[in-house]
Amino acid sequence: MSGVQTHDGTASHCGRLRERVGRHEPAWLTDFRDRSLARFEDLGFPLGSAEEWRFTPVGAIAETPFGPADVPNEDDIQAALARALYGSADFARLVFVNGMFRSDLSDVNDLPRSVEVGSLRNACQSYPDIVRANLGAVASGGPSFTSLNGALMDDGAFIHLPAGVLVDRPIHIAHVSLSGDSPIGVHPRSLVIVGEGSSAVIVESFHGAGDMPYLTNGVFEAVVGPNAGLEHYRLQMEAESAYHVGRTAVRLARDARYTSHSVAFGAAISRHDLGAVLGGENGVCTFNGLYMGDRRQLLDSHTVIDHATPHCESHELYKGILNGHAHGVFNGKVFVRKDAQKTDAKQTNQALLLSDTARIDSKPQLEIFADDVRCTHGATVGQLDADSLFYLRSRGISLEDARSVLIHAFASDIIDRMSLAEIRSQLEGVLLSSLPKTSTAFWEMAE
Amino acid sequence: MGQIEPMLKIDNLHASVEGNEILRGISLTVNAGEVHAIMGPNGSGKSTLARVIAGHQDYEVTAGEVLFDGQSLLELEPEERAWAGVFMAFQYPIEIPGVNNAYFLKAALNAQRKARGEDELDAMEFMSLIRGRIRDLDMDPALLNRPVNEGFSGGEKKRNEILQMAVLSPKLAILDETDSGLDIDALRIVANGVNALRSPERAIIVVTHYQRLLNYIVPDFVHVLSDGRIVRSGGKELALELEERGYSWIEAETRPAAVVA
Repeated sequence: MSGVQTHDGTASHCGRLRERVGRHEPAWLTDFRDRSLARFEDLGFPLGSAEEWRFTPVGAIAETPFGPADVPNEDDIQAALARALYGSADFARLVFVNGMFRSDLSDVNDLPRSVEVGSLRNACQSYPDIVRANLGAVASGGPSFTSLNGALMDDGAFIHLPAGVLVDRPIHIAHVSLSGDSPIGVHPRSLVIVGEGSSAVIVESFHGAGDMPYLTNGVFEAVVGPNAGLEHYRLQMEAESAYHVGRTAVRLARDARYTSHSVAFGAAISRHDLGAVLGGENGVCTFNGLYMGDRRQLLDSHTVIDHATPHCESHELYKGILNGHAHGVFNGKVFVRKDAQKTDAKQTNQALLLSDTARIDSKPQLEIFADDVRCTHGATVGQLDADSLFYLRSRGISLEDARSVLIHAFASDIIDRMSLAEIRSQLEGVLLSSLPKTSTAFWEMAE
Repeated sequence: MGQIEPMLKIDNLHASVEGNEILRGISLTVNAGEVHAIMGPNGSGKSTLARVIAGHQDYEVTAGEVLFDGQSLLELEPEERAWAGVFMAFQYPIEIPGVNNAYFLKAALNAQRKARGEDELDAMEFMSLIRGRIRDLDMDPALLNRPVNEGFSGGEKKRNEILQMAVLSPKLAILDETDSGLDIDALRIVANGVNALRSPERAIIVVTHYQRLLNYIVPDFVHVLSDGRIVRSGGKELALELEERGYSWIEAETRPAAVVA
């Protein structure tokens, strides 16, 4: 593959790590790791000359010797968890600290008995057939980071709903990373299977602390069965020192519904590849995205919606707010296959640049091979609307408040689409704290 | 001197947008208690004058002065002009998605009260203040809970402007073509809203293309703008004359700018 090569030393480094994580595992899993490692070694870290990575340099990731994680001290864990679990007291939760499952910090009570919610590593022992059949089946191919995850994968969630179960209680997968004296690399892996006619709400969150760089390289794959529904929140709230790479891969059967709310607020470099395949008729896929960067953050969202079958709908709305020297990247692909007639696809991405030095590279990419479809896309990039600012100011609202209220309104459009009030209020809080200090006039308007 | 200071004194005002001079020496004095109508054909500079007074960023003042209660208005930010008591009803009110109309109005009112050292109103006080105003304007109360002007009809937007004016109760209200696009019922309601604000302490400038509005808001003075200058000033009868004869006769005369005392 052109533009891609292995950095010196990467392979041997990964090989050493691979020996540590691979102990006491079933042979099929070892085999999966071996195949993943081989693919990663073949591809190497993506370079800037690779089209999909041209704006997102990963040299710092390739060159940092991310080691396996230590076990952090309990006080640090508790402090990080306090931020990660916010208002989600009523959620079932699975907690992973530096990629290790912490059953003592988790709570999976009050879920229907037929539903399996636990650690993927445990599921490899207790549900080997299900895991083996699905692991890497949806998150196949993709960036070499996916294969790096396959080779080195730590623990993550295993959530399995058989047919006909409605799980009202949201399930929170909380990933917490705490670096010690040296950079650590964590490769969380989650597998979700929603059986026919079942539905679930899953919140995935990524938090971290500390000044030491750390890498999160996560993969989340989900199979949404016939007439099933999955609402998926992905909250990337990493520490500023983090490099965050994530892949979300979802396959929808007929009449299935999948909604992604993907938020990227943290990390020095953040890259999320979100892809859904509409693999059966009458599926509905919704992507809502919000990213917010400041200083020198790089926030990259690559999305793919693959209309592989007729009569499916997709709705995609991504919004970005960039300040300082922050750099946003949005790439949204929509494929409409030859047989996918009556497709209804809508994609919108909007970026707000709050400084002269903030930057966005935005690329919608519609590839349509069917002829009886309705596909639209729109992109807007700009500063705050001068006429709106003037209107607010002409009524006596200060420039600072007017700016903040317009930024807030822009972002709230995404937050308001989320059904979980706890998440909405958490994100509102983060959003409000990131806006310039404001007066009561602002708070009244932000209600 | 012993004379009462005028509320608004515009002296030889020149303003440009993107290098094109739109206002070419406007002088106008408005005293408290007066209603002035500014008329003129399209492109004469009527709306520019309104926006320059309100502080719109697109216009550059190249010469002249605007004094409001003796203070230079041109040095103030738009919000500071609002705090001083200047209000402009927009010709094209702006839609602001995501900002609730009632919260916006309450925030605006409280920002102004705070700037003037007055107590801010709580939600109860605010609601009792606007309830009657909404009724007077025959406005659908549901519009309060919608985003500012978003999806409002033309008439609803104009009423929303008048509601803001009534609640903010400015010293100087400038209506920029508030009558455009209104049917006669809506026009009457809007005019009633403006007339309710008339008082010896306030001044109103009505910018309009049509004489029709002035049947309902009867002005004390009428000024005709042409090519960025006031080419004629008179009493309310001037508006009737314009209605009968159109603007062309005035434009043809090209009189020097007149100053109304």
